[in-house]
Amino acid sequence: MVLMVVTVWVIVRSRNLFGIVILSGIYSFLMAAVLVAMDAVDVAMTEASVGAGISTVLLLGALYLCKGEEAKPARQPWGPLAISVIVAGFLVYGTLGLPEFSDPNAPIHGHVVPRYLNDIKQEVDVPNVVTAVLASYRGYDTLGETTVVFTAGAGVIALLRKRRKERKP
Amino acid sequence: MNGMVNSMGVGGHFTYVITVFLMVAGLFIVIAPGNLIKKLIGLGIFQTSVYLLYIAPGKLVGGTAPILSDAYTVYSNPLPHVLILTAIVVGVATLALGLALVVRIREAYGCIEEDDILALDAAAQDSTPTKQ
Amino acid sequence: MKNDLTLRVLAKLLIPFILLFALYVQFHGDFGPGGGFQAGVILAAAVIFYALIFGLADARKVVPEPLVESMMALGVLIYAGVGVAGLLLGGNFLDYFVLDPNSVHGQHRGIFWVEVGVATTVSGVMLKIFYMFVSRGEVDE
Repeated sequence: MVLMVVTVWVIVRSRNLFGIVILSGIYSFLMAAVLVAMDAVDVAMTEASVGAGISTVLLLGALYLCKGEEAKPARQPWGPLAISVIVAGFLVYGTLGLPEFSDPNAPIHGHVVPRYLNDIKQEVDVPNVVTAVLASYRGYDTLGETTVVFTAGAGVIALLRKRRKERKP
Repeated sequence: MNGMVNSMGVGGHFTYVITVFLMVAGLFIVIAPGNLIKKLIGLGIFQTSVYLLYIAPGKLVGGTAPILSDAYTVYSNPLPHVLILTAIVVGVATLALGLALVVRIREAYGCIEEDDILALDAAAQDSTPTKQ
Repeated sequence: MKNDLTLRVLAKLLIPFILLFALYVQFHGDFGPGGGFQAGVILAAAVIFYALIFGLADARKVVPEPLVESMMALGVLIYAGVGVAGLLLGGNFLDYFVLDPNSVHGQHRGIFWVEVGVATTVSGVMLKIFYMFVSRGEVDE
C-alpha cells in the first residue's frame, strides 16, 4: 500500500502526460494486488483488467488524439493545496469513529450477510457468493449497471461520430 | 503484506489513513489547475480510494475469499465486493465519456490546459458574440 | 507493426489463449472468481490486441462495426429478456426460480443467461469505444 502512495505522489508532481498514464496503469495494478491481499478476488480481477487494461488503452488513445504534454505550472496551487489538507483533516477525524481493521463485530458483518452466506447453498447453489449476489439477489442493480455501460457507449458514439458530408471548421 | 497483520495492534486505522491520503491526493489533482487528462486520472485515483474504503473493513484476518467451500468456515464479507464491482465498471464508463469530451474540447479549443481554455472563453466573450 | 515478425508471431500465439481465457472466466464465474464483466473486458482486450498489431482495417474485417454495435444493445436486451421471462412465467420481474420446475436449476439458468448478457454488452461497448477513438484520429489531423 505504501507503494501506491509513492506512485500517486509521483503522479501529482509529474508533468509528462505519457509518464502519468503509465504510472496510472502501475497504480491500478498495485491496487489489484492490495485487493487480493484483502480477499477480494473478483474485485481484484475486475480492477486489474479494467483499470490497468482498458483505462490505460483509452488514455493512450486520447493522448494520441490530443498530442501534448503538460505545459507549465502557471501559478502555485496554494488554494487547492490548503483545501485538500483541510479536507484530509476532517476525513481523518471521521475515520477515528470507524471500526478497527478486521473487527468481527463491526456492523458491516451483521444484518444481511449471514443470510447470504448461510442460505446460498440451498437457494442458489452457486459457490461464488459474489456472483450469486450480483446476478441473483441484487440482479436489478446489475441490470442498471449494464444499462450504464451501454449508455456510456452510446454517449461516446454520439460525441465522436464523424459526419460524412460536412466537417466542423 | 505484513502491514495488514501489524495494523491490528499498531494502528487499526492504517488502511483508513492510506485511504484518506489517496482520496485527498485525487481531490488535489482535480481541483488544482492543470491538464484535463491529468484531472481525469485524479478522478480515477479518487474512485479507487473509495473502493479501498469499502473493502478494507470487510476483510477478516484468517478468513478467505468469499467462495463457498467445505474446507473453510470463515469468509470475508462479500457484500462490499458486489457494490465495488459495479463501481469499477461505472468508473471506467465515466472515464471513457470524459476522454471523449476531452477529445472534442481539444478539437474545439486547440489545447487542453484549463487555464488556456478559461482564457479563451473569457476572450471570446469580450469580443463579438459570433463564435465558431 | 504488421511487418514486425516477432510481434506477429507472438500475437498469433497469444490471441487464441486470451479468447479461451475469456470464455473460461465467463463460464467459471460460478465456481471461482470471474463472471460477466471480467470476461467481457478480456474479450475486448483480445480484439484490441489484434487491432494494435494488425491494424484497424483487419480488425474491422474480423469484427465488423455493425456486429459490435448490435452486441452492445443485445446484451442489455438479453438481460431484460430474462427478467421479462420471469414475468411471463408467473413470478415477479427478474425472478429466476420460476424458469424451471426445480427452483435451484431455475436460478442456475437465470444466472447463466444474465452473465452472458452482461459480457456481451461490456465487450461490445469497450470495443466500440476503442474503434471510435482510433478512427477519430484517422482522417483529419
